[in-house]
Amino acid sequence: MDWIVHDLWLVPALPLVAAGLSAVLKRRQRRLAAALAIGSMVLALALSCGALINAVEHSGHGSAARQVVNFFWFQAGDPQVNGTALRLGWVLDPLAAIMLVMVSLVSLLIFIYSLGYMAHDENFTRFFCFLALFASAMLGLVIANSLLLLFICWEIVGLTSYLLIGFWYHKPSAAAAAKKAFITTRIGDLALLLGMVWLYSETGTLLFYDGGNGCLERSALAGLAAQTTSLGLAVSTGIALLVFCGAIGKSGQVPLHVWLPDAMEGPTPVSALIHAATMVAAGVFLVARVYPLMAAVPEGVASVPSALQVVTWVGAITAVFAASIAVAQTDIKRILAYSTVSQLGFMMLGLGAGGVAVGMFHLITHAFFKALLFLGAGSVIHGCWDEQDIRRMGGLRRLMPVTFATYAVGMLALSGFPLVFSGFWSKEEILHCARGWITPVPFYLGVFGALLTAFYMIRQVCYVFLGVPRSGGHERAHISDPSTLSKSAPPPVGRYEAQESPLAMTIPLMVLAAFSVLLGLIGTPAWPWFQGFLDGDTVTGEVGRLFVPAVLRLMVLSSAVVFLGLGLGWWFYGRKPLSSAEEPDVLERLQPDIFALLRRKYFVDEVYAATVIRFNAWWAQVCDWLDCWVWNGLVQALSLLLVGLAWLNHLLDEHVVNPGFDEGCHRLAKGGMLMSRLQGGRVQAYLRFIGVALTVLVLFLIWGCRSS
Amino acid sequence: MTPLPFYLLLSASLFAIGLAGALTRRNAILVLIGIELMLNAANLNFIAFWRYGPNPSALTGVIFVIFSIGVAAAEAAVGLALIISIYRHYRTTNLDQINVMKG
Repeated sequence: MDWIVHDLWLVPALPLVAAGLSAVLKRRQRRLAAALAIGSMVLALALSCGALINAVEHSGHGSAARQVVNFFWFQAGDPQVNGTALRLGWVLDPLAAIMLVMVSLVSLLIFIYSLGYMAHDENFTRFFCFLALFASAMLGLVIANSLLLLFICWEIVGLTSYLLIGFWYHKPSAAAAAKKAFITTRIGDLALLLGMVWLYSETGTLLFYDGGNGCLERSALAGLAAQTTSLGLAVSTGIALLVFCGAIGKSGQVPLHVWLPDAMEGPTPVSALIHAATMVAAGVFLVARVYPLMAAVPEGVASVPSALQVVTWVGAITAVFAASIAVAQTDIKRILAYSTVSQLGFMMLGLGAGGVAVGMFHLITHAFFKALLFLGAGSVIHGCWDEQDIRRMGGLRRLMPVTFATYAVGMLALSGFPLVFSGFWSKEEILHCARGWITPVPFYLGVFGALLTAFYMIRQVCYVFLGVPRSGGHERAHISDPSTLSKSAPPPVGRYEAQESPLAMTIPLMVLAAFSVLLGLIGTPAWPWFQGFLDGDTVTGEVGRLFVPAVLRLMVLSSAVVFLGLGLGWWFYGRKPLSSAEEPDVLERLQPDIFALLRRKYFVDEVYAATVIRFNAWWAQVCDWLDCWVWNGLVQALSLLLVGLAWLNHLLDEHVVNPGFDEGCHRLAKGGMLMSRLQGGRVQAYLRFIGVALTVLVLFLIWGCRSS
Repeated sequence: MTPLPFYLLLSASLFAIGLAGALTRRNAILVLIGIELMLNAANLNFIAFWRYGPNPSALTGVIFVIFSIGVAAAEAAVGLALIISIYRHYRTTNLDQINVMKG
């Protein structure tokens, strides 16, 4: 399988070709566009599996197996002397291989799901074009062996995110959300770009791994860690923090999380694919990729690197912050969006406290169950005729059994239901690492986040699937008795009847549900294959490790937390489901102030509107004023000066140069006239001249002879 | 024997008459006649200088003049032919009207 390393570029190239081809398709060539996108993803998935097999074959030799292919992109000057050569490349290591398979598999499932979800959209072709472009950029980002290539793909991914959030651009909220997402992530990307430039100026290369010369390899890292900037910060830490800012923007960490919930204005498959499973995980992936840089410390110093401390704290705070907001939301997708932010915080916490394997394991498991949840939510929305408010749903358990079953699996996996579901094992490990960290505060935050996660998920499920349909009085008028809905026969056809989604949508749900359960098994403490694979160790299965006191205690604790959360949620919402959409939330009745604070998302948007945006607007006004009066005045003065000069020049031309020239010409013409009169054309006149001249000459000669 | 200056005077007056004719006449043929007169004045000079020169026995002067007369005959023929063709073209032999070379 070694050929796969050299042909790894095919993985992103295939969807890129598909995107390019479907970009020129006509709007009605829907089948072709979908076939192109899905076909290319199937091939990419096959190649990714090949890459994973290759990586597995090469792993287990003590260190992470890593195969790189580098090439010159372009070079300026003679590279031997002083020219610069920009090199790009791709890398196949366990990290990339795992991500490749995850991204292509989730993308494929979501593409198939989109067939059903977008079936009635007139811009179906454009949708698949964007999706394929996104998949291509994401796959390229994963295999990039150069921070520059990664950044290029990173920006394409951001672009497709913008395009897809604003896919229904005729909705003002979608257009605004697209802009918000684009601009907010740009703030982080600016820092990432600065970090990249700094890294290049320090090490002279942007390749991650280059046979000992890459910027993530020992010699470069030792140099970076040894230097200190004027702020007393190691250069490696400074660069790492700047790069992390990019990750903050992309992964929706506090304080740049505001765009992610708004991004739910896009079509639901997009929310699932880009804003839950893959793109937002790119920030986590970036941190995992540059982990050696994050973890670089000067030789002989045995402290926790400050970059990783920042990562851990940001992750922990985000995890709790977003989870608490999710408790009070009523939009089915926004709850999941805040949940995503919170889970990304968990991943950052895992990366900071535990290392690459811990964070990445949660990333992979989360990708599957969060995609599952989003697709389930999409199925619900699709089935409820584009209703997104969970207060207006309810009772869908019987109407949409497949969706309910798979959603419940996703919910339990996200909550971390013990032993069976993947989310339990990955979250467990994060908490385990956080516990052994320098301070236990992130651990407590994480536990509290896990509690909130279980709580808001059960709240959502109770709202959506239990109880009676609450889709509004007048809309429900034709259903005389809600109990008729519980019969297995399809309900009478009505405008507002919920219905099960088509197979194209439910099959991906089932596949994802299976993965959400099974994936946990590759990373349990008893058989940590996943962690071993990423770290390059060989692992053996040993059930006894589950019963080590520290592990067991934590497992019991987190199970207790999950049960507490689920129980509380059930107590509040499941016991006595709401009967109408207008009824206030249970929490709202108990603690109206806190609930309002959470409902309004801690007023972060308002604070930003009052500070950053107002400052920006003020600054824009200042710039406008400057433009109007200062710069404009300068330009006007300059132009007046030039006009004056030109006028002077004109005068000079008109009154000095022109008359002088005219006069000269006149004289010349007159002289010509005079001379032309000599040439009268009369031969005799000429002869006369000759005669006179001859006479004069003769006289002159005679006179000359005399005088001599 | 008549002294040389008389011949020279005769030839100079012939030349002057010819020149005056060539300059004052408007008719091309009369101008041509004036030119012929000037030519013959020159021929007369040749003969006179030969006869009174240092070596009158050699017939160089006579030969020269005979040549000159022959050339003059040819010239007169060419000149008359030119005048005829000019006349055909302009329907006039008045030199004042033939001034296309006027600058």
